[in-house]
Amino acid sequence: MSRLSFKQISKRFGSLVANDSISLSLDPGEIMALLGENGAGKTTLMNILFGHYEADEGSIEVDGKQLTPGSTEAAIQAGIGMVHQHFTLADNLTVIENIILGTESLWSWRHGLSAARRKLIDMSERYSLVIDPDAQAGALSIGERQRIEILKALYRGARILILDEPTAVLTPQETENLFVTLRSLTAKGLSVIFISHKLHEILAISDRISILRRGKIVDTIKTSEASRSELAEKMVGEVVTRPQLEAMQPGAPVLTLAGLSAYGDDKFPLLNSVDLTIHAHEIVGIAGVAGNGQTALADVLSGLNRDYSGELKLHGDTLTDAGPSDFVARGIGRIPEDRHVRGMIGDMQIWENLISEDLRSEQILKWKIVINKDAAIKRAEHLIERFDVRCEGPQAQTKLLSGGNIQKLILARALSPEPDFILANQPVRGLDEGAIAYVQEQLFDARKRGAAILLISEDLDELLSLCDRIAVMYQGNLSEAVPTPTRTVTELGLMMAGQVIHAN
Amino acid sequence: MQIELRQSTSLLRVGMAPISAIFAALVLCSVLIMWAGVPVLEAYALLFKGAFGSAFALKETFTRSIPLIFTGLAVAVAFRSKFYNIGAEGQLYAGALAAVYFGTGLVSLPAYLMLPFLLLVGALAGGLLLLVPVLLKTRLKVDEVVTTLLLNFVILLVVSYLIEGPWRDPMAMGWPQTASIIDEGVLPTLMAKGRLHAGLIVAVLASILIWAVMRFTVLGYEIKAVGFNAKAAEFSGVNVNRTVIFTALISGGLAGMAGVSEVAGLKGYLTLDLSPGFGYTGVAVAMLAQLHPLAVIPAALFLSAVYVGADSMSRAVNIPTYIADVLVGVSVLAILVSVMLTQYRIKWRK
Repeated sequence: MSRLSFKQISKRFGSLVANDSISLSLDPGEIMALLGENGAGKTTLMNILFGHYEADEGSIEVDGKQLTPGSTEAAIQAGIGMVHQHFTLADNLTVIENIILGTESLWSWRHGLSAARRKLIDMSERYSLVIDPDAQAGALSIGERQRIEILKALYRGARILILDEPTAVLTPQETENLFVTLRSLTAKGLSVIFISHKLHEILAISDRISILRRGKIVDTIKTSEASRSELAEKMVGEVVTRPQLEAMQPGAPVLTLAGLSAYGDDKFPLLNSVDLTIHAHEIVGIAGVAGNGQTALADVLSGLNRDYSGELKLHGDTLTDAGPSDFVARGIGRIPEDRHVRGMIGDMQIWENLISEDLRSEQILKWKIVINKDAAIKRAEHLIERFDVRCEGPQAQTKLLSGGNIQKLILARALSPEPDFILANQPVRGLDEGAIAYVQEQLFDARKRGAAILLISEDLDELLSLCDRIAVMYQGNLSEAVPTPTRTVTELGLMMAGQVIHAN
Repeated sequence: MQIELRQSTSLLRVGMAPISAIFAALVLCSVLIMWAGVPVLEAYALLFKGAFGSAFALKETFTRSIPLIFTGLAVAVAFRSKFYNIGAEGQLYAGALAAVYFGTGLVSLPAYLMLPFLLLVGALAGGLLLLVPVLLKTRLKVDEVVTTLLLNFVILLVVSYLIEGPWRDPMAMGWPQTASIIDEGVLPTLMAKGRLHAGLIVAVLASILIWAVMRFTVLGYEIKAVGFNAKAAEFSGVNVNRTVIFTALISGGLAGMAGVSEVAGLKGYLTLDLSPGFGYTGVAVAMLAQLHPLAVIPAALFLSAVYVGADSMSRAVNIPTYIADVLVGVSVLAILVSVMLTQYRIKWRK
């Protein structure tokens, strides 16, 4: 008998069919991968399983018993545990406190703690998940915090573990550790659903792969019989070829950082004397686990943070006390990390968003204070066509667009003035294959034209295939940027975890 | 019951929101009227007659709407940039203080200069008063709801001190009030009989001007951008703090003009009961108008009709005038609900 089975699950949001009659089963001791692009319906399906949503049709059975729909409590009772992509730990509590949080009633708290400690130590030995129960959660590494999340689920008696994009925040080595953990869990009879869109990881860890596309199960195959290209094609529905990096001779230096340090609130150091030069016709990549200073660097290079010391030069001219508008006017194009928070104003129309960076330029302003709407609409029509934005027109509400189309708008705004330096911060995160290929092509075109590009990403594969040179950021320090082929994934992974490795 | 986001919102639905909210408020308040033992339809008929039933009633309704247009505009502009100015009441009194300071003899100009001058100093006073909360917000991140609200009471105490003490009119037989505005500074009445004064024209012009600024200018764009998404606005190069300060100056200025208009158009001098809460009602006006500068005019007219009509109704039948406050309050709640319903739909489960 299967541990878990979905029977014809359907869920609609308005006219969108998020899950279309999905049937799946999971055996005891099995790792099943759920593969699909963003928006394919993976998260909706898991939210139905965990009781966050109720399915419109269909049912779920655990060990042959029907699961009460729409109840998280029932899901936990049935032994379902969820490890979210974004951890839900209280940083100021210890590991053990985090684990029992919400499981004990308040008045038996003290007694519960020692029993809980015994249970936790027992569990961590059984599954070889080593962790100090009294460490502060906030002081632990990302990999360790994920381990707490897993232990938290196990503590509550989970026999089915759902991991939602668990490797997104891990270094390659931490990912390897996670895989070891997962194998030891399944050896003890646990079942795992592993959600990801990273093909090589899925091939490495799973027993079986179910591919979701546009809310439907396209295929379920044994991992031993699956190939990378076949999976990619089934996931996307067509063959998408990503552009290839052409060899090019770098030109003159465009952007120079020397001894650049930046500070956050309370003068807390975020960047520690960063040195970097980027030339024309060159893409330099910055690898690193999120939260190691990439945002601080991006804020300085976007003109948002002026509280820095050291040198920041464009074409040899110092950018002193300049804000975002000056940066743009001087030829810096910026693609922000979070397209919904910083990138676009969802409640404004498309044409309005496309003029936001040069409101006071001659093309947009007339009579000193009035916005020339005709000119702005013309610009929007032109950019919508050139960047292939799928929308109803310049006056469409921006928030109605898909993530890929919003990213195209950001590209249109940032790249159409042909900037000399481009800051691309996570430009393809969360996009589907077609949009990824498009964004990468645009960056390559800019490089060909002579732009210098800084690409910040947490995805090593992306960096390796896109960058001429690569550097690693760890705790505000930036390693030397060396030609990409001289670094192996292992080396980069170790550097992301803080080891110093010099270029050969 | 589930709440789902609507894919799109039709203009009709947006336009119907305030109307259905008003209707819902009337229905809800009929319970109270029944409780008071008065037939509902008769009460509402009296209210309507009191607000619109005669030339006198109409003039009163329009007169009462003038300060509400100003304060409603003040709140609407500020809320657009998510600067929650709850202090229009205090700014109104600041404007009135400026008007009596300069207008009772200190400055004497011909009427065509004196009136703009008084409006200007009143606007400056209102704006400067709001500068304190806005700088506290932009510099120290102090919540403006608290500071603007509490400043209202501070200003009222200042007014109270001035009209009891240094500014008290010695000719006023001991009443706590200031001297009267000189003749050149009085806003002329628009019709031979009644109190309807030229403040209405200024208020309507202000609405049109603010509408044009919001719709066509860079400043309007920046105010909207900051209100919708301050982080994206900042990333694009909008100076967020400067925009919020500008917005506050405009907002405070408009509320200050309400005070000038009441002093120079209606009362002639300043007393402690110049405003029966026009500043607070301005919030209701702005919400009913859904922050649209032109919609502020009908919204102000509606609320003023409720107050004027309720006064007249309470004289005819045994319902306290407080029904007006209840009706206004319920209208605001209803508009909040109906605006939400323009954006979301409620789906009932079987």
